[in-house]
Amino acid sequence: MDFFLQLLVNGVCVGLLYGISAMGFVMIFKSSSVLNFAHGELLALGAFFFLALITWAGLPVLIAFILTLVGCFILGFLIEKFFLRPLIGEKLIFVIMLTVGLAAMFKGLILLIWGGNLHTYPDFLPESLALKLGAIYIAPVYSATLVISVLFLVLFGLFFKKSAQGIYMRSVADNQKAALSLGVHVRRVFALSWAIAALVASMSGIVLGIINGVNVHDLSSIGLKVFPVVILGGLDSIGGAIIGGIIIGLLETFTGGYLSPSLRDVVPYIVLVFILLVKPYGLFGLVEIERV
Amino acid sequence: MGEILLQINNISVVYSDVIQVLKGVSLSVEKGHIVSLLGSNGAGKTTTLKAVSGLLKPENGEVTDGEIIFQGKNIQNQAPEHITRQGIIQVLEGRQPFKYLTIEENLRVGTATRAGKPYKQDLEMVYNYFPALVQRRKSLAGYCSGGELQMLVIGRALMAHPKLLMLDEPSLGLAPLVVKEIFQIIKKINEDQGATIILVEQNANMALQVAHYGYVMENGKIMMEGTAKELSENPDVKEFYLGMAASGIAKSYKDVKSYKRRKRWL
Repeated sequence: MDFFLQLLVNGVCVGLLYGISAMGFVMIFKSSSVLNFAHGELLALGAFFFLALITWAGLPVLIAFILTLVGCFILGFLIEKFFLRPLIGEKLIFVIMLTVGLAAMFKGLILLIWGGNLHTYPDFLPESLALKLGAIYIAPVYSATLVISVLFLVLFGLFFKKSAQGIYMRSVADNQKAALSLGVHVRRVFALSWAIAALVASMSGIVLGIINGVNVHDLSSIGLKVFPVVILGGLDSIGGAIIGGIIIGLLETFTGGYLSPSLRDVVPYIVLVFILLVKPYGLFGLVEIERV
Repeated sequence: MGEILLQINNISVVYSDVIQVLKGVSLSVEKGHIVSLLGSNGAGKTTTLKAVSGLLKPENGEVTDGEIIFQGKNIQNQAPEHITRQGIIQVLEGRQPFKYLTIEENLRVGTATRAGKPYKQDLEMVYNYFPALVQRRKSLAGYCSGGELQMLVIGRALMAHPKLLMLDEPSLGLAPLVVKEIFQIIKKINEDQGATIILVEQNANMALQVAHYGYVMENGKIMMEGTAKELSENPDVKEFYLGMAASGIAKSYKDVKSYKRRKRWL
């Protein structure tokens, strides 16, 4: 039972991370219908920026963390400005192929600078963050993950529900033509959704780097995990991305714990297939409001 | 003649570099007036509005000739972000709400041209014009009725404090009583706020009742213009747009020689 609870907690924490990183992916998809295949590389970039800042530059952890997030936010803006904006109006498949190219480029850059080896962050999380509930031990990484994820969720919830910019972003996702007619700056919304996506991706990259170590191949393949997550949750639902993330996280840790660690990457996909047989739009895919 | 707010001089509009829709349209809109633009389907009314609001661009259309002057400045072929910020807001045909946003969130999108400014007072103003929206403020726009949506999209445009409001077929698909209500509100908005309004309509009867001035379009050209009174008394308008026979008696098909009369216009 303790083992079960332990796995449950770890699964939820990892799942929240997947969910948040998938949220970035969903945002880009919702606002501009672009599937971003470079998502895993954005994740890895964040993890490596952070690595560089704390090992090479020797900055304090908190400052390095914030700098990484800000840096990736700006990077997202620049990616949109230099790579995606020139393709506005072109066929969607070109834009999607461009993201595949971006993925290769970023991966190459990281390999060039840091090589393909496993790096680790110095151990900086204080043991006092660890939680002990009876026999369950929650490692500092996981409790930190929990706190950060919930914080991000609340912040984004408020942003999209209450702030003007958040509502403009949702309006573009909903009906682009009407948003244009009211003077919403649609290109700015695209840029902002890339920036936010890069920011949340880097956040999850850092935390996953703490848990598993920093390696390009691992991190970018974790980025691919956004696909089962968002397909499960429904491609266009931000809430669905979070829940999908938790489900995938749980499936992974339970398979790893009870069956075999080598199956952990496969079982989520198998379950995905079965869920999609029953709910082809994903668990929370938008049910189109159709007025007839 | 009062101050001219919008002047369109002989514009041509071409879609995808080949399809010419407007062939030299000129019209002028006086400040504080309601100007209605009438014409059958495909006459180019909506295209004229889009040329003004800059929404041609996303549809691969372009003003190839002529000029559009708003408050003394040339605005043709500018991006919609810039044009809306000068105070021109178009209410699109077929309502186009943000279906997955609540009524109140929909209205807040209307503040996009002046982001960051207080908007509470404007919400009150819109709810004053359209009391029907108040009780629906928290519900998703996708679940509202056609009449409510039409009120919503007009209200949403008012949130932007437009100097020139362009309404594209506000009566489309609405019950006659609702149409009447909406036109009364349009008139009220014009009187209270001094907002200049361009009204594109199929319902010529209603449109000419509220408008000060009118233009009739046909095949991408302006065919006729005049004050609302002149137009509603014109025999051709009466016959083709108001559905009345020139003589006032029921017509038989034998007597319809509309093609001959139209020939004169082409």
